[in-house]
Amino acid sequence: MSAFLSLRQVGKDYPLAKRGPFEPRRTLRAVDDISLDVNEGETLGLVGESGCGKSSLARLVVQLEAPTRGSVSLDGVELASLGKSALKRARRDFQMIFQDPYASLNPRMKARAIIGEALRNYRVGTPAQIEARVEELARQVGLGAHLLDRFPHELSGGQCQRIGIARAIALNPRLIVADEAVSALDVSIQAQILNLIIRLQKEMGLTLIFVSHDMSVVAHVADRVAVMYLGRIVELGSTEAVFERPVHPYTRTLLAAVPTPTPAARGRRTAPAGEMPSPLNPPSGCHFRTRCAHATEQCAEVAPQLRDIGDGQRVACHHAEALLSPVVPEAIHA
Amino acid sequence: MSHSPILEVDNLSLEFHTDGRTVYALDKVSFNLARGETLSLVGESGCGKSVTAMAVMGLLPKGNARITSGNIRLAGTDLVGMPERQMQAIRGNRIGMVFQDPMSSLNPVHTIGMQIAEAVQRHKHVSRHDAWARARQMLDLVRIPDAGSRLTAYPHELSGGQRQRVMIAMALACDPELLIADEPTTALDVTVQAQILELIADLKTELGMSVLLITHDLGVVAATADRMMVMYAGRIVEEGPVERIFARPSHGYTAGLLRSLPGHESQRRGVLTEIAGTVPRLDRPVEGCVYAPRCAFAEAGCGAPLPPARQIEAGHRSACIREAAVFAEMSNNEIVRSWA
Repeated sequence: MSAFLSLRQVGKDYPLAKRGPFEPRRTLRAVDDISLDVNEGETLGLVGESGCGKSSLARLVVQLEAPTRGSVSLDGVELASLGKSALKRARRDFQMIFQDPYASLNPRMKARAIIGEALRNYRVGTPAQIEARVEELARQVGLGAHLLDRFPHELSGGQCQRIGIARAIALNPRLIVADEAVSALDVSIQAQILNLIIRLQKEMGLTLIFVSHDMSVVAHVADRVAVMYLGRIVELGSTEAVFERPVHPYTRTLLAAVPTPTPAARGRRTAPAGEMPSPLNPPSGCHFRTRCAHATEQCAEVAPQLRDIGDGQRVACHHAEALLSPVVPEAIHA
Repeated sequence: MSHSPILEVDNLSLEFHTDGRTVYALDKVSFNLARGETLSLVGESGCGKSVTAMAVMGLLPKGNARITSGNIRLAGTDLVGMPERQMQAIRGNRIGMVFQDPMSSLNPVHTIGMQIAEAVQRHKHVSRHDAWARARQMLDLVRIPDAGSRLTAYPHELSGGQRQRVMIAMALACDPELLIADEPTTALDVTVQAQILELIADLKTELGMSVLLITHDLGVVAATADRMMVMYAGRIVEEGPVERIFARPSHGYTAGLLRSLPGHESQRRGVLTEIAGTVPRLDRPVEGCVYAPRCAFAEAGCGAPLPPARQIEAGHRSACIREAAVFAEMSNNEIVRSWA
């Protein structure tokens, strides 16, 4: 049994500039040996705070960055083993939607040219066929045909994001990685774009990796959720499990901090103590232990591995079983 | 005296003139902020919420912004048309300000202690030594650990959350009566956001000040404010106590916002209720309801000049003539009901 997308011990280190000629070279471990399987047609939500490595992981999946360690395979093919032309062919299958709808579009190209660029790159059909396909794509993403001859700066953020989506689906990919795809949009526009992404995913049978810092957006789109902290996945499970029965103390902390549109829940929200340590120098053992109320000596010595605690919910915590029992203060998020 | 509102904005209309075009940014905005109250102004990009804050602080761009009507009274004194010199004595002194991006609001080449002390010396006749002591006291107040040694830190040495704490320390250093916080947590992670919101709420109680909190996030409103105003296209469309508005939204736009929020478990992977279309350009005055073209509840009458905002209940006003229809629909909406 092999998953559609399979990550094995994938790690990414970024070398940092030396602080002085005799200083040691430092590296930032953005992604710390993550293993993860994603099934075809599934939506995996990737959540965490700034610097947790979620965007780095997303970029490794779509080969915008080469992993320092480990392997990324798509449909059984290890992407790192592919030569240049084979990788270009493989790239048709995976695409990315970016956060900033303006910055991710070429300001000197009209919408029509942006959407058609990949089609021309891969020489799919005659210019007339490409033209027809661009118009079909515009219809599919709800972009009026009259907007195709405009430049990005003449369009709204929501319209630009529709162009970004049309470009991503132009080659009928099988996997899309959306990195904070709705974070820059206002709520009313966000709902439109989320509906569009979910509709396209269902119609095209896409596998979707949805990266976001916004828990409520992830709770809405994802089938499964992975929670990241300082380069590692600390909890992985179905959306229901992670949001309603979170086990890892970090997941609980994160969910407890989310302001929900529920005035009555005011007293139930809590702010965590302390700050996230620098990813340059994460704590030994469990990275979260310095902020965790349940930390013991074991947590400082041994890094906990993700392990199954039932129903496919996996938690990287030495005390997961104890935390499961109802004596422990319950998760705050209702 | 203490029962009078700290801030009264009355019938404020404001235009921007650029390249021969006029943008009608605010249209007859009126509201009061009581002493000791947290009032939230919520709306989407471009709705005029920051412009309202800028108008109160007298920070509108000189060349092209024009207040065409109305007053802004701080404890009874009208700020509209006040000479800049007098305004400078108020800004940062009686009105404290916190903005979205703490990194660009702080001077990168001065220590944070110096920046706070400077804010104090600007307005109070105190010695350098006393100003420095005050800076230290303020860092303690905003719960920065080891305040004494952090005074000499530069902004880049602090985390985003700590920088925002420094901004709050600076805003509060002169004991303002009013704190205007414009998207104070938008650039921060959720856990840091929770800490900063908690800090603002605690300090409000400790210092007895009033807070005008500007945000696009209904979750932040629900978590912190006493009263809220919903703004759309330069107008306040609904105003009332927070619990009340979440339980009984009475404007088509408020209802639209609440219905479009993702995250509710009953509709996971389902279709969110969209607000169709986009925000209108404000390049000409609009007669009827500005939201009508996008409104799910609109009817023919919504295009006609609007009657004054109607009172739904004491303290709860809505500019919507379809308020009854909105209520009927929303009271059956299980998502909205579950939130309230």
